Amino acid sequence: MKDLKGRSLVSITDYNREEIIHILDMAEDFEKNQRQQILGGHVIASLFFEPSTRTRLSFESAVQYLGGSIIGFASADTTSVRKGESLKDTILTVSNYSDLIVMRNPTDGSARYASEVSPVPIINAGDGANQHPTQCLLDLYSIRKTQGSLDNIHIAMIGDLKYGRTVHSLVQALSLFGATFHFVSPESLKMPSAVKTWVKKAGLEYHQYTDIMDIMPIADILYMTRIQGERFPDPLEYEKVKNSYILENSMLETSKDSMRVLHPLPRVNEITEDVDDNPKAYYFQQAKNGVYVRQAILAAILGLK
Amino acid sequence: MDKKRKELKVSAIRNGTVIDHIPTEKSFQVINMLNLNESNHQIYFGTGLESKKFGKKGIIKISDKYFADEEISKIALVAPSATLIEIFDYEVRKKESVHLPERVEKIVRCFNPKCVTNIQDVPTNFSVINDHKGQMKLACHYCEKTMAKENIDFF
Repeated sequence: MKDLKGRSLVSITDYNREEIIHILDMAEDFEKNQRQQILGGHVIASLFFEPSTRTRLSFESAVQYLGGSIIGFASADTTSVRKGESLKDTILTVSNYSDLIVMRNPTDGSARYASEVSPVPIINAGDGANQHPTQCLLDLYSIRKTQGSLDNIHIAMIGDLKYGRTVHSLVQALSLFGATFHFVSPESLKMPSAVKTWVKKAGLEYHQYTDIMDIMPIADILYMTRIQGERFPDPLEYEKVKNSYILENSMLETSKDSMRVLHPLPRVNEITEDVDDNPKAYYFQQAKNGVYVRQAILAAILGLK
Repeated sequence: MDKKRKELKVSAIRNGTVIDHIPTEKSFQVINMLNLNESNHQIYFGTGLESKKFGKKGIIKISDKYFADEEISKIALVAPSATLIEIFDYEVRKKESVHLPERVEKIVRCFNPKCVTNIQDVPTNFSVINDHKGQMKLACHYCEKTMAKENIDFF
């Protein structure tokens, strides 16, 4: 394993299997012992060019549990970006004030570019529709924690598989662990061929469905995503399918006892609230795991663990 | 067809480059892509010529012009079957098939309008890959989208 110290985390593919396991092991340690003042004297910059609830707050929480300081902004409106400053200039400036930059930016590929111009490491907290590797790592952490292992699980991904960046990264990462994939979506939001190519090249299997109930007895993990009406070229088609991918408590009856429901959140109506009390619902715990995982990533990149 | 008549189809050049074995329907695209329509060099070209390998082919001869690697990459992207022949004083000095490079830098636009290379001043950079059907595609180093051949747009 190459040292993670000083390396930017832009895409989940920047980490190999061993490095992913290393981060998850560290996160497990932070879950047992969350308050460790190892980041004292370090300054983390948090540059959120577009809104976020969970990612921004859980990063800030992670920094503070570790005793570090955080500077930054939660919207580009109050910064020189409004005056037309380039991303390069913003990054070069902020790198003078911090040891590491956490960045969310609406432009696809902006994080890779930032990592190339920045003298300090960049953690990508979401670059447009492209990558969100810390979400992927917390999803992996949640899967390993609930299933005991990441190896050979049956994962069902449901909803918008065409545009959902979290499912694409998760397929890439789970391909390193020998998963079987079950893709459930309306015809027009099927998994893109580039992602399916990835699965095939890894020598793994995927199956495609349109009915969510088909995968209920098979799945170890139900990974739900939101279907957005504006994604459909034909509004009539949206009307036809919009209720087919809503998970209700009664639908979980035929699922395995060990099955868990994950969702990157925010949810709108794709999981009804009666699911929340079912012990198979894991999405809020999943969001909590995000803090441990982000503590691990910060500590690893700053070389403090 | 005898040898003499075949040679007459497109005139010989004294010095320069011949691009042979271009798929006939790509001939004009190669001309445009290399900006040969704006060049001061003497250019001869033919399309719809008979070819044992392809059925029909295009050929372009450019006097006093030798291509740089960047231009050869462009030719390989549009016409991967093409052969490049360098001529010195009517003699063939070098003849080789064009090869797809591993990376394509700065010469192609990313088709994703939200890609950082279309928004900030960032040079494009792609790796050349094959999809599961064996089709050549370009994968953007920045936005990670893969672009099919028909979406390739040169600067």
